[in-house]
Amino acid sequence: MTASAAPLASPSAPSATAGFRMPTRRNSELVLLLLAMVVVTAYAGAVEYALVGKVSADFWIQPFLLLLVFLATHVGLRFLAPYADPAILPAVALLNGLGVAFLRRLDLGRTSAPQRADLGALSGDGFRQLIWTLAAIIVSMVALWVVRDHRVLSRYAYTLGLTGIVLVMIPAVLPASLSEVNGAKLWIRFGSFFQIQPGEFAKILLLSFFAYYLVRKREVLALASRRFLGIDFPRGRDLGPVLLVWVLSLLVLVFEKDLGTSLMYFGMFVVTLYIATERVSWLIIGLLLFFGGAFLAYVLGAAFGGPFANFHERVIIWLDPFKDANGDGFQLVQSLLGLGTGGLFGSGPGRGIPYMADIHRFILPEVQNDFIFAGFGEEIGLFGLTALLMLYLVIAERGLRAAIAVRDSFGKLMAGGLAFTLALQVFVIVGGVTKLIPLTGQTTPFLSAGGSSLMANWLLIAMLLRVSDASRRPASVGTGGGSAPVKLAGLATEVMR
Amino acid sequence: MNAPLRRVGVVVLVLFGLLFLNLNWVQAYKADAYRTDEHNGRVQLSEYQHQRGVIAVVAGRDQVPIAKSIETNDTLKYQRQYPLNPAAYAAITGYKPVSGIPTNIERAEDDFLSGNAAALFSDRLREVFTGNKSSGGNVLLTINKNVQEKAYNDLINNNSGAKNGAVVALDPTTGAILAMATTPSYDPNLITTHDTNAASAAFNQFNKDPAKPLLNRATQETFPPGSTMKVIISAAALTDLGYNPQTVIPAGPSYTPIPGGGFTIHNAHPSICPDATITLILALTQSCNTGFAQLGVKLGADKVKAMAQGFGFEDNGLTIAGDGNKAMTVVPSHTGAMTGDNGQDDPNFVAQSSIGQKDVRITPMQGALIAATVANGGNQMRPYLIDKLQAPDLTTTSQSAPKVLRQPVNGQVAGYLQEMMESVVQRGTGTKAKIDGFRVGGKTGTAQNSEDDGDHGWFIGWVMKDGRPICAVAVFLQNAGSGGSAEATRIAGDVMKTVITERGLK
Repeated sequence: MTASAAPLASPSAPSATAGFRMPTRRNSELVLLLLAMVVVTAYAGAVEYALVGKVSADFWIQPFLLLLVFLATHVGLRFLAPYADPAILPAVALLNGLGVAFLRRLDLGRTSAPQRADLGALSGDGFRQLIWTLAAIIVSMVALWVVRDHRVLSRYAYTLGLTGIVLVMIPAVLPASLSEVNGAKLWIRFGSFFQIQPGEFAKILLLSFFAYYLVRKREVLALASRRFLGIDFPRGRDLGPVLLVWVLSLLVLVFEKDLGTSLMYFGMFVVTLYIATERVSWLIIGLLLFFGGAFLAYVLGAAFGGPFANFHERVIIWLDPFKDANGDGFQLVQSLLGLGTGGLFGSGPGRGIPYMADIHRFILPEVQNDFIFAGFGEEIGLFGLTALLMLYLVIAERGLRAAIAVRDSFGKLMAGGLAFTLALQVFVIVGGVTKLIPLTGQTTPFLSAGGSSLMANWLLIAMLLRVSDASRRPASVGTGGGSAPVKLAGLATEVMR
Repeated sequence: MNAPLRRVGVVVLVLFGLLFLNLNWVQAYKADAYRTDEHNGRVQLSEYQHQRGVIAVVAGRDQVPIAKSIETNDTLKYQRQYPLNPAAYAAITGYKPVSGIPTNIERAEDDFLSGNAAALFSDRLREVFTGNKSSGGNVLLTINKNVQEKAYNDLINNNSGAKNGAVVALDPTTGAILAMATTPSYDPNLITTHDTNAASAAFNQFNKDPAKPLLNRATQETFPPGSTMKVIISAAALTDLGYNPQTVIPAGPSYTPIPGGGFTIHNAHPSICPDATITLILALTQSCNTGFAQLGVKLGADKVKAMAQGFGFEDNGLTIAGDGNKAMTVVPSHTGAMTGDNGQDDPNFVAQSSIGQKDVRITPMQGALIAATVANGGNQMRPYLIDKLQAPDLTTTSQSAPKVLRQPVNGQVAGYLQEMMESVVQRGTGTKAKIDGFRVGGKTGTAQNSEDDGDHGWFIGWVMKDGRPICAVAVFLQNAGSGGSAEATRIAGDVMKTVITERGLK
């Protein structure tokens, strides 16, 4: 393993000086977090001023609650993961806070102007999102508390993997009335009020399993048999697992009618496979398989329709959304028009028009969910959206950083996979609403309204923080909370690459 | 495993780089196009903060608005209204709905009316400094209020009971459209109401109505022209065969293009050209089918088609207002197929086409263009609806310039055609269009359409004084039945008289 940080900070180097303490950087995190909350409050204040015309005493309730929630999270990390990367929590808190503020902005926009001042701070989608944030953070803190060492997860890998597969399958086997929202069968719905997207949680569970499986099998999978065009290709019989996941993800595509989820699972697997084996050939095989499968689904959709029809239709819309601008292409067209209207600087917080003249109908459908990025785009412009993208990039790259620094292979795969998955999800949904790729029904992590997405992504962050904590913790300190390190058979003798 | 992890980091960077580049494309490069796209509801919303300009027609020495925006207390500050006889002008103004795409002039000059046009840039700039929200520009039409309303009312109250019809009146010397009426029509005010549910209900009702009130029959639909086609055949004979009005042509009570072919053309009445020959001028005056069918066959399909194209048939690009995809277009008229399976002229088809049957189809606008071209000495002027565009401060920003589109016949042939068409009105089928003290020429048409429905009635003609053309007109009455062309002729005379009065020539 390469010592990536400065020699003193190198986790493997035992500290020579007695009494030297590895800096936890918790104070940096606190400063960054406070800064993030200033930005969120300023944004929410600008929204309030634009839509209500004044900033009332009531306004301060939501920003204050957000501040409390995130400060509590910060304090929790001081105990549960003291050495965790200090940039991750502030970046996530900033995104999450902006999401709450934007949903509040939609609440206000939906209300006719004279009644806006009376819209309570403890009502609407914005407040509901705030409550979900609180719940998601509590769950994440509990997860951090239970999982003192990420390697514990590998013990339950098969259980977790199986649970993951079941969660993925549930919406597919449920009747459409209980699982379909906007053409994608990704949900479990209990009436119209409560709905969860089990796939959001499945990605973490599946990744734990992938990581475990690949740590076990990486030597075999890394064996090359044939060299073609200067690239080593694996043996035919070793293709089994990747083909299995490929078929699984295609089944997702067909039965859950969602390219994004399918792309996510498959991308997640291929990338962890690549990280584990260091064989570029796996990436090539994966890409070929995925695009081949997608193309096949498109052709089949055009020829036979049936379960492939939805995907075919999405591709047609993607190719020319303006062809049926008031019909099938409506969502994507309105998304593009909203983004275009925002231009470089946007109309300003609260000064966009995501709704129609009669105010109760939004121009941009699903602006609180799939299209929240486009909704933001109208008001904060290219510059604002670039900043949002940078936040996601910071989280993903910090996650990869933790993966590089952590000592065990399972942790590397886990953190690397999680960080990449988050980045891939952002790519899929943002690429979808900006017409880079066909539109799919993914949520925008930390921004979209909805509890399951928020909770799943916070859990993902909790696991990243856990690995990050392990990667930066001096060997002598022991695991967070002082419990004994978990011994896992085989891990000690592992060859590091 | 660290090397691939670093590479994954690069992959993530690349993915985000793609997102960033694509966002630049959408939010920077395409931003203006998207911001002003007609599907963008925000455009409408912000437009309603400004007063939209008026669309006005000529009334005597003044202009009166047929579309204007009035202030309301709604979220949308201004409401679009069509104050003056809205149904009579709907085919011209179109409508500007709150949500949805405008039509006709409202669409063709949308940017100018809303104040977004480049020509009004300085006004917008001034607005930035003064803070006053200026209104949009005004569109002044060539349409004459009294002529238009006369045409529309005559169509509505026609004596043939035709439910569908169209009238086009042009100034032959400039191409300015003086009237363009179509029936049935609709009230655009019902579509521009701020109650968007009521508006879309009204639109859907119009759109689904089998009578198709939203369709402008003057420019958007083609019909068999019947005997008005004989003007084209005459023009071809005069030009290509060197005939003059006194040239004697074969006629007779019946004509069988292919002897023993089983298909025979007759005249509308046994009293029409029963003799074996007739002069060209008399053939047109009486509307002699057998004479023109034989003349057409003698000319051949190519010459007939060429002359028809000379008069504007098959023109895909004719517009009467606006540019690009927002322009008001005229659908092309067609001569249709005249060849048989072997690729040679089929005499039956050529004969039928020569009297305006078979697959010949024209718009009423094309009919008016034929008459106008003859009246204007052979020069066909581009038809246009917009006289000038006026900035909010009432200065003219653009004035339409008349333009010669094409010259299908020379002055001499045009003179012959005038003589022949005048004869039609003086002593032939078009006597109902006579106007004392003026020279009136024209041609009637009765087009068979189907076994069940009545024939279409047509009249195309012109009026001039002292050698100067005043007005050309086409009147079309769909399925008017017998007497349809006579009623069309009467309406044409009415419309031309109104133009004369409006010009102060009487």
